Amino acid sequence: MRWTARNLDTVAAATLLHVELVLAAIAVALIIGLPLGLAVARAARLRAAVLGGASILYSLPTLALFALLVPVLGLGFWPALVALVTYALPILLRALVSGLASVPPAVLDAATGMGLTARQRLWRVELPLAMPALLGGLRIAGVTLVSAATVGALIGAGGLGVLILTGLDQGHTEKILVGAGLVAALALVLDQALALVQRRLPASRAVPA
Amino acid sequence: MSTLGGAIAWLGANPGTFGTALLDHLLLSVTGLLIGIAIALPAGVAVARRPRLAEATIAFAGLLRTLPSLAVLAALLPLLGVGFTPSVVALAITAIPPVLVNTVIGLNTADPAALDAARGLGLTPVQRAVGVELPLAAPLVFAGLRIAAVQVVSAAALATFIGGGGLGDLVTQGLALLDTGRMLVGAVAIAALALLAEAGFGLLERRAAAGWRDAPA
Repeated sequence: MRWTARNLDTVAAATLLHVELVLAAIAVALIIGLPLGLAVARAARLRAAVLGGASILYSLPTLALFALLVPVLGLGFWPALVALVTYALPILLRALVSGLASVPPAVLDAATGMGLTARQRLWRVELPLAMPALLGGLRIAGVTLVSAATVGALIGAGGLGVLILTGLDQGHTEKILVGAGLVAALALVLDQALALVQRRLPASRAVPA
Repeated sequence: MSTLGGAIAWLGANPGTFGTALLDHLLLSVTGLLIGIAIALPAGVAVARRPRLAEATIAFAGLLRTLPSLAVLAALLPLLGVGFTPSVVALAITAIPPVLVNTVIGLNTADPAALDAARGLGLTPVQRAVGVELPLAAPLVFAGLRIAAVQVVSAAALATFIGGGGLGDLVTQGLALLDTGRMLVGAVAIAALALLAEAGFGLLERRAAAGWRDAPA
């Protein structure tokens, strides 16, 4: 562990950048995905088109997506961020739309019957009931992005992938293992943290996981 | 448009390089997928009837699924070196969780009445597993195979980082040489393979869901 001890600041900076990249991408994806999901959830034909497109985007392999975006966006942090948002968006969209679709019509009728406006119904009934599904989507998105951000090092995103890739280039086993270990740990921690939030949700008890 | 032209020009000038990369990619993916299935399917059948073991297996698979592919590939390098073998091992590890989890869940959601009937008919455990339980679990098992196949084809693109070859080579070489054409050919081929795997295995899955017996052989 000589190298790690001498380069703790490099390792810490890479970890921090990795976390920033993932969190920023999820935040942007939420900002785009929430209104878009709400808009398409009610329109059957639009929903099918958006979900179809989303599942194609999600099936695209990480390396292919990054490479396809390079001629358009170039190299560096921002192109990598755009690529990660492209990954997170379909996952969140699908989760939100299926969550909203799972709200029983009787509940919606009851809410309308109680005199709630469409907006009140959305915020007080539909979104809370769709929350477990959305959190499930956030978990998948989080794990997927930690993994994808590692590959992003190839197009200059920075982060823990840099340790792995430079380690591979230099035949530096310790660097490779530290990078791989930290990425794996990051994915596990993020997944478990969101799982904890998911279990705390009152609505999740009514919906089997 | 000029980038697209570059890709076509590169493909026209290097059909052999592309063919080798494509074949390597397919060989890596198929071998990894088959090994993963050969481990996950019997393991799923073995643990499905033991609730506590099944739960532990699903938790373990969830953990395995969380591990980033590049991290698994990189971590195998000190153990297995570079090249084809560690890449195939990493791909098999990628294929195991979806097949394992879906086999266990598929077997556990099979109709208990059908299993009782099979036992009543005097079928041996092996006959029951092959003749009754697996066909009933088939739709979910095939969904697991589809997910595994897509993930393996995607992860095989990363084998280039540990010298495993495949289409990922074109992407990394293209980036290193600033040869956009080569890079795009690799990227498009990887994407097309993943979408093909999704569509092909999706077809199998729908057939399995429609029932093997009704489906034309």
